[in-house]
Amino acid sequence: MAQRHPPLAELHADCGASTTPFGGWEMPVTFESIRTEHTAVRESAGIFDVSHMSEIEVTGPDSTTLTNRLTTNDVAALSPGEAQYSCITREDGVMLDDTVVYRLDDHEGYPAYLVVPNAGHDAQFTDRWQTHRNKWALDATVENTTDQWAMFAVQGPNSPELLAAATDETVTELGRFEHTPSEIEGVSCIVARTGYTGEDGFEILCPTADAEAVWAAFDCQPCGLGARDTLRIEMGFLLSGQDFDPDDQPRTPYEAGVGFTVDLETDFVGRDALADQHETGPDQQFVGITMLDRGVPREGYPIVDSDGEQIGELTSGTMSPTLNEGVGLGYLDTAHTATGHPVEIVVRGNPKQAEVTELPFVSK
Amino acid sequence: MSFDVPDDLRYLESHEWTTTDADTVRIGITDFAQDELGDVVFVELPAVGDEIAAEEAFGVVESIKAVSDLYAPLSGEVTAVNETLFDQPELVNDDPFGDGWMLEIAPSDESELDELLSASAYREQIA
Repeated sequence: MAQRHPPLAELHADCGASTTPFGGWEMPVTFESIRTEHTAVRESAGIFDVSHMSEIEVTGPDSTTLTNRLTTNDVAALSPGEAQYSCITREDGVMLDDTVVYRLDDHEGYPAYLVVPNAGHDAQFTDRWQTHRNKWALDATVENTTDQWAMFAVQGPNSPELLAAATDETVTELGRFEHTPSEIEGVSCIVARTGYTGEDGFEILCPTADAEAVWAAFDCQPCGLGARDTLRIEMGFLLSGQDFDPDDQPRTPYEAGVGFTVDLETDFVGRDALADQHETGPDQQFVGITMLDRGVPREGYPIVDSDGEQIGELTSGTMSPTLNEGVGLGYLDTAHTATGHPVEIVVRGNPKQAEVTELPFVSK
Repeated sequence: MSFDVPDDLRYLESHEWTTTDADTVRIGITDFAQDELGDVVFVELPAVGDEIAAEEAFGVVESIKAVSDLYAPLSGEVTAVNETLFDQPELVNDDPFGDGWMLEIAPSDESELDELLSASAYREQIA
């Protein structure tokens, strides 16, 4: 399948961005350097092109029921202007993806939702929503609108003033996970107070054709997927396809540390399996690990105890640009997950001292 | 973008450089290599007294995003290690041909120098 490109691919190349394939998209990975971009977001502000994210719009009389039965959180709790973090699970409770569900203004008198799963999942989940709609004989329209939207994230402590300058003060009154229609450079956008960095910040959806004007409205450091990854690792946020993956790293929301997205009072695909695991507790849990010896933890490195017995595996890791320490994320047998528990990370065959650390690594 | 490629050094295709002195040579990675890697955060090097062999891995350099093996341009015994890099790995980015050097070795086979790329040949490779 041909690689997909964000609408501003040429503009990014002209700015010196290097790119990487990610989820079927060719995306900027760095503009300056990961450290420069990471620091800009922690100390001032940065802008990310996240147009690789999927957008699926769900409307019609049964839009709430359909989306509620395919996601773990309680969609019915959302009012227009609110959004929630959620998971999409299989029958066995394993996460297919994590997602943000935005309740939009009602459409033709019925609730309307924008479901935003991760890169490259748009066709799969459009099909999943349509197939289940038909199976359950529900009345809803499901449309894959990924190619109609560009998405940018403006993140960092200075992001409110950048947004206020680009649009108006009302967007700075948004609470976390609230969103509003807003005009930027005369373009009708959706502005949400959401992000993936741990900083205060906003995500902006705008029509693809107007992407350049909206991007140019924010005078701050352009950032690539490299800094997006180090920022989210410092916060302990999951990366779909890496920290969990239905084929390579099958995990439930409870194992992955996002049990707070699961509302067992709602009826959704995977609910019964998750109710069982909620009773028994997961065998492994997602934890943060900090290196005590010199070294950089990486995806796939084994976690062992002092006898060399494997007790877990890292799924992500990096040298934290904020802490200048090696930090990793991964799954560990539940018996070893207490904060401060000593473990060893096997780096190229050599065990290195490390310890379990409470997430986030960088407190906000 | 143009990268520094000093004329008086010899190069490996895998982007390591060496000086050409008779008794002791100095080894590091090139300006091009450090730029490709991005922010260097960790360097793993052999100890003084270890033997390294031409074109075999002698250590590891890690940037925030990647892990790369380091290959020896020449064979010989390690006579000095730039331990400053353990605390300041960013020197590899800041000054790859100067303070970012990695090892000094006593080369065991002078003829291996002939196998290495000249500055002009290396410039062509990265062009």
